[in-house]
Amino acid sequence: MANNILEMHSITKTFPGVKALEDVELRVAEGEIHAICGENGAGKSTLMKVLSGVYPYGTYDGQIVFKGEEARYHSINESEDAGVVIIHQELALVPHLTVAENIFLGNEVRNALGLIDWNEANHRATDLMHQVGLDENPTTPVGQLGVGKQQLIEIAKALSKKVSLLILDEPTAALNDSDSQHLLDLLKRLRDEQGITSIMISHKLNEIEYVADTTTIIRDGQTIETLDMSLPESTQDRIIRGMVGRELENRYPPKTGRQIGDEAFRVENWTVHHPTQPGRVVIDNAAFDVKAGEVVGIAGLMGAGRTELAMSIFGRTYGRGISGEVYKRGEKINTHTVSECIDNGIAYATEDRKRYGLNLIADIRHNISAAGLKKLTSNGWINTNEELKVAQDYRVAMNIKTPSVLQKAGNLSGGNQQKVVLSKWMYTDADVVILDEPTRGIDVGAKYEIYTIINKLAAEGKAVVIISSELPELLGTCDRIFTIAFGRVTGQMPVDEATPEALMKLMTQERTAKPAAASAGESH
Amino acid sequence: MSTPATAQNDGAETNVNSIAQSIKETFTSNIRQSGIFIAFIAIIVLFAFLTDGTLLSGQNVTNIVLQYSYILVLAIGMVIVIIGGHIDLSVGSVVAFSGAVSAVVVIKGGQPWWVGVLAAIAVGLLVGAWQGFWVAFVGIPAFITTLAGMLIFRGATYLTLENISLSPFPAEYTRIGIGFQNGLFGGNGYDVFTLVVFAVAVAGYIFTQFRQRAAAVKYNQHVTAMPLFIVKLVAVAAVVMAFSWLLANDRGLPNVLIILAVLVIIYTLVTTRTVFGRHVYAIGGNLTAATLSGVKVKWVNFGIMLNMGFLAGIAGVLFGARSNGAQPAAGNMFELDAIAASFIGGAAVTGGVGRVTGAIVGGLIMATMTNGMQLLGYEQSVQNIVKGLVLLLAVAFDVYNKRRAGGR
Ligand SMILES: Nc1ncnc2c1ncn2[C@@H]1O[C@H](COP(=O)(O)OP(=O)(O)OP(=O)(O)O)[C@@H](O)[C@H]1O
Ligand SMILES: [Mg+2]
Repeated sequence: MANNILEMHSITKTFPGVKALEDVELRVAEGEIHAICGENGAGKSTLMKVLSGVYPYGTYDGQIVFKGEEARYHSINESEDAGVVIIHQELALVPHLTVAENIFLGNEVRNALGLIDWNEANHRATDLMHQVGLDENPTTPVGQLGVGKQQLIEIAKALSKKVSLLILDEPTAALNDSDSQHLLDLLKRLRDEQGITSIMISHKLNEIEYVADTTTIIRDGQTIETLDMSLPESTQDRIIRGMVGRELENRYPPKTGRQIGDEAFRVENWTVHHPTQPGRVVIDNAAFDVKAGEVVGIAGLMGAGRTELAMSIFGRTYGRGISGEVYKRGEKINTHTVSECIDNGIAYATEDRKRYGLNLIADIRHNISAAGLKKLTSNGWINTNEELKVAQDYRVAMNIKTPSVLQKAGNLSGGNQQKVVLSKWMYTDADVVILDEPTRGIDVGAKYEIYTIINKLAAEGKAVVIISSELPELLGTCDRIFTIAFGRVTGQMPVDEATPEALMKLMTQERTAKPAAASAGESH
Repeated sequence: MSTPATAQNDGAETNVNSIAQSIKETFTSNIRQSGIFIAFIAIIVLFAFLTDGTLLSGQNVTNIVLQYSYILVLAIGMVIVIIGGHIDLSVGSVVAFSGAVSAVVVIKGGQPWWVGVLAAIAVGLLVGAWQGFWVAFVGIPAFITTLAGMLIFRGATYLTLENISLSPFPAEYTRIGIGFQNGLFGGNGYDVFTLVVFAVAVAGYIFTQFRQRAAAVKYNQHVTAMPLFIVKLVAVAAVVMAFSWLLANDRGLPNVLIILAVLVIIYTLVTTRTVFGRHVYAIGGNLTAATLSGVKVKWVNFGIMLNMGFLAGIAGVLFGARSNGAQPAAGNMFELDAIAASFIGGAAVTGGVGRVTGAIVGGLIMATMTNGMQLLGYEQSVQNIVKGLVLLLAVAFDVYNKRRAGGR
């Protein structure tokens, strides 16, 4: 108790019209891994931004005591000098710069003349990478590494700053299972070997159970409780109860009312080449189909080509040299542009909502109507009253937490942004809905809501395709699951035959292997 | 200990009065917009004071309208370009070029005035289509395309005019730029017609404001408190009618003001109520997200540049009509005034944000300052320094606010 490295007392933070935090208390013991849980919009990221000086001293109320002294950070630089380093929800690396350049960005290694000493920098970068378990060339551009490795580089960057309190905001949201595991083990190692204290925000409760020593739960901007994770009663269900304020019986709603009908959508012989590296095949002769009222999953590891498959179909927004056929209810359709796809009743909610899904500086209302504007228009004029009503209806139906639909989308918490993206596509009345990682960075309660929405779509006879790296999610929501590996569809199975092991085997199948018995081609 | 006390305070505060609250919200929620109007009024008051009221004499106000109308027309197009995430450096040259062609057609070719007007607009449209082609379909950044255009169309102007000025235009042509509508309803030292037109416009404005407010209430939106709303309407009406009184006491209603008002209304509607307008904001705000939402980005970009060309053509007519001819060096630096007007009016450098009315007020701020300084006898050099500083401060104010928006 005595050696708390950090104490935050009655922190209150308001934005115009929103009280994001109210008298929040947080105590973090020296050398522990402290998890912070809470629903979307509960205020987790805001609390960490207050702590790290993103919101400078004076823009919030309350007191922060770090290492026994009151901390008044006016900027990130000040908090970093004190040893508090935050890794934000969105990666903040510069893709064109090398690993070493990124690690020492703003903190360059200089020689006696004040010039950058690249040999020393690269050498130290290699050292730091070893500490986080990476073995990359320090002169590789960061953009060429996978997200998992980029996340580790972020940590290496933090280590270069003599960090004593490391804050990670949803570090594993974009990582696959093995990368996540690696990262969590790294946190444990940093704790045990270097005594580094970590605060980790996560919606993945199994990870919290695995890694955290203590968990603080925040709901609606207030501290609910702090759990000692070594006690047997500190279970995932216990955390959920704290987060949502009630018992959540199941993680997945029952798949009721599904009437699987005729084929709604089918892709054949789909081949896509890399946009900048000619001759490199990204998607190789892929095929899949989905029936009306059916939910089909596409399982694959990060980098297997799931998003590339979806985006190349959706208005050819990814790739070059695309060939293949797309059928809607048995008829061949054109999908060369996004508007053709929308007109054909196809919707695609992207995986990266900030970069591809939303106009963050526009309000929620305009984001919701963006893809279905035609429905609000006559002779080129938008019915703005109707538009407002639509936005408000979705705000209620999707439970988007915001004081007004006139708020900027960029001011919403991650989960609520995702609900805006979903609203946008639901409003197009598409009957083929492709959802790419629909629950990334979303809390358990909201996940349940989104699964319920997916069920509702299926019950209405729509064909739903879910791309996800979380196998339990696919098993809990889908009727049929396709697997994809190295750009090829390696198999499919009905959900009652599917097991995580069987799927994983197909998801890792190398190019040389023979197609699995239940390959996609045979089902037609 | 302290918690109950603050809770009580909060309760008391919220009960005090909702009007004070509403006033505060009106200003804080849209500090940028209210800021620019306050700045505008402050500048008017300042220069009215410094010039002993000359600034606000009927004659001077009318002169400001005649002198800056073409900049305001350009600012309308420019703010749309900027919202879309582009910039247009060529408008000054395009104004000169379209004016030159118009002058050649009318003065040398002996064609009637309206052929000259159509020729200028056609030139503007062609230039817009040309630049739109490179920006939208070839993917050359507008900065480069229009930098090239600035040189190309300036050169084309010199060629068209064979390096000399052309004048004069027939009276029908100059009437567009310096003519007035007056005397239709008679008057006793002031023009009744001007007052009537403005009264009707104000009535229309009040009517639409009430309708919009009613709709907002119906859709459960937050609206300004009724007393404040009325105060705002009365203030606007008073300012506009005072303005019309000044015009009526001078030469009446300038033709360019009618053209400008029509353009402002049309383009306000285009930006706020049409699919095209919405798509401009969408691509300026997040290009990829817009593409993935089905926006036909190339055509929208083409439309943005085409429209800028069109308005530059109109500005070419207005400028030619006012200067009664065409000069090879006409329109020099107009682009910078139009760009400055847009940014002072609240457009974001990164695109996706801006308003037509903002750009107009931004343009009026520049116009008032320039005119005021001219009345005070400051040299061009001083005027430029002041205008430059104002632009810098306006954007700095923006940046400061954005940073502070993270606070409370
Ligand atoms: N700059 C801002 N302006 C206005 N409101 C904001 C701003 N930033 C955050 N908020 C609001 O503050 C609340 C807390 O947001 P925060 O991002 O901290 O949530 P979170 O707990 O991190 O959620 P998530 O799990 O979805 O990331 C939300 O209601 C959000 O809309
Ligand atoms: Mg967050």
